[in-house]
Amino acid sequence: MNNTYDVIIIGGGATGAGIARDCSLRGIKALLLERSDISTGATGRNHGLLHSGARYAVTDHESAQECIRENMILRRIAAHCVEETDGLFITLPEDSLEYQSVFVEACRKAGIRADVIDPEEAIRLEPSVNRTLIGAVRVPDGAIDPFRLTSSNILDAKTHGAEIHTYTEVTELLREQNRIIGVKAYNHHTKEEERYYAQVVINAGGIWGHGIAAKAGITVNMLPAKGALLIFGHRVNHMVLNRCRKPADADILVPGDTISLIGTTSSKVPFDQVDNMVVTPDEVDLLLREGEKLSPQLAQTRILRAYAGVRPLVASDDDPSGRTVSRGIVLLDHATRDGIEGFITITGGKLMTYRLMAEWATDLVCKKLSIDKKCQTAEIPLPGSAESREEVDKKLHGKPVVQRRSTIARHGALAVEIEGNDSYKNSLVCECEEVSIGEIEYAMEHLAVNNLVDLRRRTRVGMGTCQGELCACRAAGLMGRKDPVCARKAKADLANFLNERWKGMAPIAWGDTLRESEYTTWIYEGVCGLSDQEVITEKTAAK
Amino acid sequence: MNIQQNTVSENNFEQCIKCTICTVYCPVAAVNPDYPGPKQAGPDGERLRLKKPDFYDSALKYCLNCKRCEVACPSNVRIGDIIQAARIKYGPQRNTSLRNFVLSNTDLVGSLATPLAPIVNTAVALKPVRMVMDKVMAIDHRRIFPKYAHGTFTTWYRKHAAAQQAAYPKQVAYFHGCYVNYNNPQLGKDLLRIMNALGYGVQLLDKEKCCGVALISNGLYKQAKRQAEVNMASIRTAVNGRRLDVITTSSTCTFTLRDEYPHLLQLENEDVRDRIELATRYLYRLIRENGAKLKFREDAAPLRVAYHTPCHMEKMGWEYYSIELLRMIPGVEVTVLDSQCCGIAGTYGFKKENYATSQAIGEPLFRQIEASGADLVATDCETCKWQIEMSTSKPCEHPLHILASRLA
Repeated sequence: MNNTYDVIIIGGGATGAGIARDCSLRGIKALLLERSDISTGATGRNHGLLHSGARYAVTDHESAQECIRENMILRRIAAHCVEETDGLFITLPEDSLEYQSVFVEACRKAGIRADVIDPEEAIRLEPSVNRTLIGAVRVPDGAIDPFRLTSSNILDAKTHGAEIHTYTEVTELLREQNRIIGVKAYNHHTKEEERYYAQVVINAGGIWGHGIAAKAGITVNMLPAKGALLIFGHRVNHMVLNRCRKPADADILVPGDTISLIGTTSSKVPFDQVDNMVVTPDEVDLLLREGEKLSPQLAQTRILRAYAGVRPLVASDDDPSGRTVSRGIVLLDHATRDGIEGFITITGGKLMTYRLMAEWATDLVCKKLSIDKKCQTAEIPLPGSAESREEVDKKLHGKPVVQRRSTIARHGALAVEIEGNDSYKNSLVCECEEVSIGEIEYAMEHLAVNNLVDLRRRTRVGMGTCQGELCACRAAGLMGRKDPVCARKAKADLANFLNERWKGMAPIAWGDTLRESEYTTWIYEGVCGLSDQEVITEKTAAK
Repeated sequence: MNIQQNTVSENNFEQCIKCTICTVYCPVAAVNPDYPGPKQAGPDGERLRLKKPDFYDSALKYCLNCKRCEVACPSNVRIGDIIQAARIKYGPQRNTSLRNFVLSNTDLVGSLATPLAPIVNTAVALKPVRMVMDKVMAIDHRRIFPKYAHGTFTTWYRKHAAAQQAAYPKQVAYFHGCYVNYNNPQLGKDLLRIMNALGYGVQLLDKEKCCGVALISNGLYKQAKRQAEVNMASIRTAVNGRRLDVITTSSTCTFTLRDEYPHLLQLENEDVRDRIELATRYLYRLIRENGAKLKFREDAAPLRVAYHTPCHMEKMGWEYYSIELLRMIPGVEVTVLDSQCCGIAGTYGFKKENYATSQAIGEPLFRQIEASGADLVATDCETCKWQIEMSTSKPCEHPLHILASRLA
């Protein structure tokens, strides 16, 4: 087995995937190692907000500029992951209108279009907005799907020769004197240890990058800042809603695919807790209390889930909350910083700047390897974004309309790859999100799916209102058909998927969500006989 | 703190927990694979339509609006309303096909047809005429049209009945509907006979328009709302001004006036809703609760009647009253057919594209009717009557017609 590469990228978040793509487009042989599935860290646990940069305009001019530039690039290269919704920064009676002028001025300085509009016009544009607002500014915010974005980068990287190994956890950085020459990794599937070698190892581990750097005896001073969010059952708003004030808790409401998201909180967490993110009742209360101010109807809207991610902030001053720390990109060449060759860390930044982070990191790799190739990731569209949704729609006329639109929203131009010529392939696995058998088979075939949770990230199976009630067992059946595993393993996968769904529901388990979860329990324990599985004990414990 | 104290939002679809019982009970989903079924078309689809209106699926037109999904739903989701409201909000906004216009404008077509009833009835029964209607208007040639009466119920009422009504000690208002007016004035006469026998005079509303059910299902919402407003004004005058209850002989008219007006046309009727009653229920209560008495003929031959529950009757939960009323008639033996859709659903079954679905839906009912050994079928819905008479060997009558014919 050839285990030598030009670069090894540690971390399968948006940044790692972006680096893999950038490297492979420049002809650099790259290997990406991810301990779990792609986009499982902060990449998959944020707002999915296509920042215009307006939020940072007043406090962090540089980040704001980066955001608006990347915003415009992503609209082109990742069109199928982006929804151009625009956003409003609203001033409520409790806020000061004076901030609005400071805000607008700062936006313009950063190159962000910011139009002050009449409160009545704001209500007309976004009927769900708090009608007591006294001011509104329209900015080019949008929504971006981080799962699709990461998956597309991975797909393109693979097409251009990169290797992607998920469920492969780096346990050690192999060192020869003052040089990192490769990594030792544990393959969670084969349960075997593997060794890979490269001229440059890139640490793109997000908050876990702290621990990766530590394996080389290097300290990257990070601040793990937890951010909790709530998912509402359907779209409440069609434009992103922000508060026009200094960034604070729970002041962004984003319409993301079929749902709306309110977030976030911000609290410091110890490093030993970053793998154990639980949303607390206080956080839920705070999100709802503040969320209602943006859109009062959140008070009556069914909540699907709560979840939290950890921002990989890099300390630049000693603010303990992590709120005022720079969101800027941090690229560390450990050769110059720490005297260790062949090892770089890319961190800080945001989902919005993943591409730029990848560009910086790859530029540094090129410099180290004396490769003279320019970055092209700002120009070449990602797979799926080469054609407009309308053009793809025309090609898929045979499919039922709702399914067609859903599939195109998820896969863009690649939706044409999904088989759907007969009623079997068009049968629905996930009814809430309109995921067909054809789409599941496509994902299993092409999008590196190892288990049901991976499948969810690629297709939205189980992300709808029923949270797996009807689709989980169907999807499990299809998984088993493609790759026959023993019944025990298949059951464990199903139980794990349902537990993961329950984990997000537990903090907000009341009303219809609780009723539905009880029904789900009845189906899986009573009908499917999962009752001897760990699903029961864990669920009771969570309750 | 008052966070999420009341999580029941206006978006009633949020209460759906995807149990899918509605789809099991949907008569269309069972026979037409092009219809995604009420769960998919209703709560699931609504969530996607809220994302973007272009998730509207034109297959929603296959919904019969029978509301059997709502009856089945254990979570109180107004599935049928969600589907109909989506058709109103997202569906084709201009529905000007000649066929839909003719089928849904029951008032206009009825007033044109009744003076020429003998000619119209003969013409639409002719095979060549039906073939032309099939080709030109897409009204299925196999569908048998209800006969028009020669002269309307209202004309008869004014000439022969109005003057006598004031003599009765108690009064009630009657919403006769298009069917009684243009097709079956006899049913209106039957009602008068029964009410008069109980000491009630029957008055008409100041102004009555078609309830609009056909307009709603054919996408002519604005006209439906205009007509509904006229009806509500007349009903309010009757209830509040003239202190009268309003009774109807058609289950669908009753349902439309009471429930579809507020749910689909956003026309509030809370103040008078309880005063709009189905005639059989009104009579049952007069007899059972107020001790009113009817005298029946003793010499009438025994009659075996099979009662068919129309969908909107099922939705109101009122079939009991019609059945029990029939059971009060000496010599009448009543069996109750399984409650299932007959398939016609008003104008639905007249349309060429729906004919096969319509007949397939009704098939189990037709079989049960044939096997019942009944002399005739009774039902409170006029379109069910047409469907049953066309598709089985039995005649079908309104319970009040049977009752009136056996009064002493």
